[in-house]
Amino acid sequence: MTDRPDVERCDTFPKLLLYNAGRRGDRPAVREKDYGIWQSWTWGTVADEVRALACGLAALGFKPGDMLVIAGDNRPQLYWAMVAAQTLGGVPVPVYQDSVAAEIQYVVEHVGARFAVVEDQEQVDKLLEVKDRCPTLEHIIFKNPRGLRHYDQPFVHAYAEVQEQGRGFDADNPDFFESAVARGKGADLAIILYTSGTTGRAKGVMLSFDNVIVTARNGIELEGLTENEEVLAYLPMAWVGDNLFSFAQSYVGGFCVSCPESGDTVLTDLREIGVTYFFAPPRIFENILTQVMIRIEDAGWLKRRMFDYFMGHARRVGTEILDGRPVALTDRLLYGIGRWLVYEPLKNVLGFSRIRLAYTAGEAIGPDIFNFYRSLGMNVKQLYGSTEASIFITIQPDGQVKPDTVGVPAKEVEIRIADDGEVLFRSPGVFMGYFKNDQATRETKTGDGWVHTGDAGFFDADGHLKIIDRAKDVGKVKDNTMFAPKYLENKLKFFPYIKEAVTFGDGRDYVAAFVNIDLEAVGDWAERRNMAYSGYTDLAGQEPVYDLIQECVEKVNRDLAGEPRLADSQIKRFLILHKELDADDGEFTRTRKVRRAIVAEKYADLIDALYSDKDHCPIEAEVTFEDGRTGIINADLRIWQAPLSDSQAEAAA
Amino acid sequence: MTTARKFGDVLLDVEGISISFGGVKALDRVSFDVKEHEILAIIGPNGAGKSSMLNCINGFYHPQEGMITFKGVPRHQMRPHEAAVQGIARTFQNIALFKGMSTLDNIMTGRNLKMKKNFLWQALYFGPARAEEMEHRAAVENVIDFLEIEAIRKTPVGRLPYGLQKRVELGRALAAEPDMLLLDEPMAGMNLEEKQDMCRFILDVNDEFGTTIVLIEHDMSVVMDISDRVVVLDYGRKIADGSPDEVRANQDVIDAYLGVSHD
Repeated sequence: MTDRPDVERCDTFPKLLLYNAGRRGDRPAVREKDYGIWQSWTWGTVADEVRALACGLAALGFKPGDMLVIAGDNRPQLYWAMVAAQTLGGVPVPVYQDSVAAEIQYVVEHVGARFAVVEDQEQVDKLLEVKDRCPTLEHIIFKNPRGLRHYDQPFVHAYAEVQEQGRGFDADNPDFFESAVARGKGADLAIILYTSGTTGRAKGVMLSFDNVIVTARNGIELEGLTENEEVLAYLPMAWVGDNLFSFAQSYVGGFCVSCPESGDTVLTDLREIGVTYFFAPPRIFENILTQVMIRIEDAGWLKRRMFDYFMGHARRVGTEILDGRPVALTDRLLYGIGRWLVYEPLKNVLGFSRIRLAYTAGEAIGPDIFNFYRSLGMNVKQLYGSTEASIFITIQPDGQVKPDTVGVPAKEVEIRIADDGEVLFRSPGVFMGYFKNDQATRETKTGDGWVHTGDAGFFDADGHLKIIDRAKDVGKVKDNTMFAPKYLENKLKFFPYIKEAVTFGDGRDYVAAFVNIDLEAVGDWAERRNMAYSGYTDLAGQEPVYDLIQECVEKVNRDLAGEPRLADSQIKRFLILHKELDADDGEFTRTRKVRRAIVAEKYADLIDALYSDKDHCPIEAEVTFEDGRTGIINADLRIWQAPLSDSQAEAAA
Repeated sequence: MTTARKFGDVLLDVEGISISFGGVKALDRVSFDVKEHEILAIIGPNGAGKSSMLNCINGFYHPQEGMITFKGVPRHQMRPHEAAVQGIARTFQNIALFKGMSTLDNIMTGRNLKMKKNFLWQALYFGPARAEEMEHRAAVENVIDFLEIEAIRKTPVGRLPYGLQKRVELGRALAAEPDMLLLDEPMAGMNLEEKQDMCRFILDVNDEFGTTIVLIEHDMSVVMDISDRVVVLDYGRKIADGSPDEVRANQDVIDAYLGVSHD
C-alpha cells in the first residue's frame, strides 16, 4: 500500500475518519438494517454526520475533558457519538445496554459525565430515574424518538436536533471542526471501558488512541485485513472487543461495519451480510453447531448419510488441509467433492460462505466444536486478551492452531510467566490506568509497564501459551509441581460421561478427584449393556461404571504426562460421588461454579479417605429435596486407584 | 406516562343496543360512548355479551334495536368490510391469521383496503402497481419495527408461539391504519411477560398513532392498569361505566364480576 505513511500519521479516530472520507469517500463505512432494508452510509457521509454532531455537542457546551456516556445497541449513530466526543477532546464511556439504572448511575457518577447519548426511550428512562443522584449530568440525547414525544424536559434532546443545531454552529464557525480534529494527539485518553470485575465495583479502564490504534493496526497487519472486509457489530459496545473489531479496525483498515436490525436477528443478518471477519464467544459457535445438528436429524435419509460421511472425512483431513499440511491426493479429492456437496452449502446456510477469519475467546472452547468449524475450512482461531491489553495478548498463528492453547504473543507483545505461574504481559496496548483508582492500577500494572492478568499459564514446547486456571486457584503438589484444578476438571468434563469433577491436590502428595457421572450419558451406556440400576446412587456405585470412568481418568493422565510441567499432577485416586453436586445444597454457585471450600468441608471424610490407603469409605450425607425437606443418603463409596502414565516414556514415544 | 392525554370528541356512540339469539338476550339496551384517543375496556363474566358488543360495533352482527353512530354518521345495517373502510380494525379471540403465510404477508393483508390498483395491475407488478407495493411494504415494515417482530418477518405464522401470533394479529390490524381498534381478549392465554409486552404495545399504539382502542379482557389487573374507562356488562346489561377506580369500588360490579364478599 502506497498510502501507509499517510494513514500512519493519523493517530486519532477523528483524523482517521477524515482520512477515510478523503481517500474512500464513496465506499460504505457503516450499514444498519432498518425497516427491513440495509441502509448504508459512506465514509463521506459519516464524516458529515460526525461533524454535525460534534458541532452540535459543542453548541450545547461540550468541552475538552468532558465525559460522554453512551448506552444502547450497536447503532451507527452511537459509534459516531464516540468519534464526535473524541473530536472535541472529550472521552466516550460506553455502558452495557442492559445495565440496570443503578449500574448506569455508578458510571455516570464515577466519570462525572455531563452528557449522555443513548439509543431509545428505555435508556432515557433509566437516566431520568437516576438523574437526581447524578448532579453532573446536564444533557441527554436520544437517537430513536419513539415514545419520547411527550418528554418535555429541557435537557432531553433528539439526536437529529442536536445535529441540526450543529450544522448552524458549523456555518458560523467553519474552521471549528478541522481545528478540533487537528488538536487531538495519539497519547490522549481515547475511551474508558468499564469492566465488570468479579469482585467489588466495576473498574474504568482508560485506553489512549495509541493503545487502541496501534493494537488495531498490528492485528490488521498480522491477518492481512483489507478495506473489503465485512464485519457485523453485534457484541456490546461497552466491551473492548467490539471497540477493537467493529470500530477501531474499521477506521484503521477502512472496511465496512454492519449493525444488525435487533438482537434477535443477528443470525439472519449475518447470512445477509456474508461476513468475512467475525468474532464470537465459544457459546455462539456452540449454539450454531447445535442448530445444525438438530436440522440434520430432521433431514432426509440421503442428506443425513451424505452429511455423516463427509463430516467424518472432514474430521480426518479437514484441519490438515486448512493448516497446509501434507495430505494424500485421494483424500484431497474426496474433500473437494465434500466441499461441493456438503461443506460449502452448509457454510452458506450459516452465513459463513465468505468468511476468511473468525476469532473466539473468553473461555475454553470444546475441541469438538472448534475442530468442526476448522474442518469445514473456516479459519477459526482462538485469542487470549483483556481490556487492559486493548484485547490482543496472544493469537493462534495461521497453520499452527492447537485447540488447547491460545497461540503465540501478538505483535509487539511481550509475555512473562511469574514464579507462581501467573501470566504477565507488556505491549503497546497496555492501558493507561484505572480511572480514579490508583490503588487498583498499582496492583495490576507494574512501574515498568507489565500487567498482571490474574491467569495462570505456561508455554508449551512450540512456544504456544496455555492458560490453565485463575492464578489464585493454582496450587502446588508435593515437589512444587503446578496444580491447576480447573484445567484438570475441564479435561475430565470434556468426556460425555463425566458431568462434574472436583480435584484436590494443593499441599498434598498427589492429586485426587471426585467425579459426578452424567446420568443421561452413563444411563444410556448402561442400558445398552443390559445393566440394571435404580437411580443415580446405584448406577454411580457399580463396578463397570468405575471401569468406564477409570478409562477417562487414564486418558487425562496420559495427556498430562505429555506436558512436562503438569506431569506430576496426574490423578492418582478418584471416587464417584453418591449424589450429584447441587446448587440447592450450596455445592455450586447459581452459575454452576464449584464452591471448593464448601465441598471440601462437607466431604472431609471422603477427602481423608482419598489420601489414605482405604479402598472404600462409608458416607452419610444430608440432602435437600426440591420441596425443602432434608433427608439422609447412606452409601459405601469405592475408591479407585488410577494408573499413572510415565512422563519419560510418553515423551520418548 | 409523563403527561395527561387529552381526549377528543365522541368517536363512537352506542345507543340502546339490543340483540337476541332465539330466546337469549345477548345485549339488552346497552348504551355507552367512546371518545377519540381513549382506551375503553369492556369487562364482564362469561356470557355477559362482550364479544357480541364488539361484533355489533364491527358490523358482524346487526342489532335488533338501537343505533350506533361512528364519526357522527349513524348506521343501521352495515357489513364488516364497510366498517373497515370507515376505519375500524379488530383482532379476534381465537387468532384468525393465515397460518401458512409469513408474518410479513399476513400483515400485508391488512393493507388490502388501501390498495387501489386492481388485480390485473398487481399481477403484472409493473409501474404504478410496483410503486404502490413498495409504499405498502414500507408501511408494513413500520408496523414490524413498531411491534419489534423483525426476527420473525419471514417465519410462517403457524410456526410461531401463541403470544407472537397475537402480536402479528395486532400488526395486521395496525397495518390498516385504523381510527379505532377493537381487541378481543388480546391477552388471553399469555404468560406474564407476554402480557406486559402486549400492554406496552397497546399503550404505545394509543400514544404514538392516537388510535382509539376498545378492548375486551378477562384479566382484571391488565384492564385496570391500561384503561382510561371501563364498561361492565352482566347478562347483557350495562351495570357500570366509569374510571377503573370507580368501577373497582362499584358494589354491583363487585357482586357480579369479582364475586360477593363474605365479610
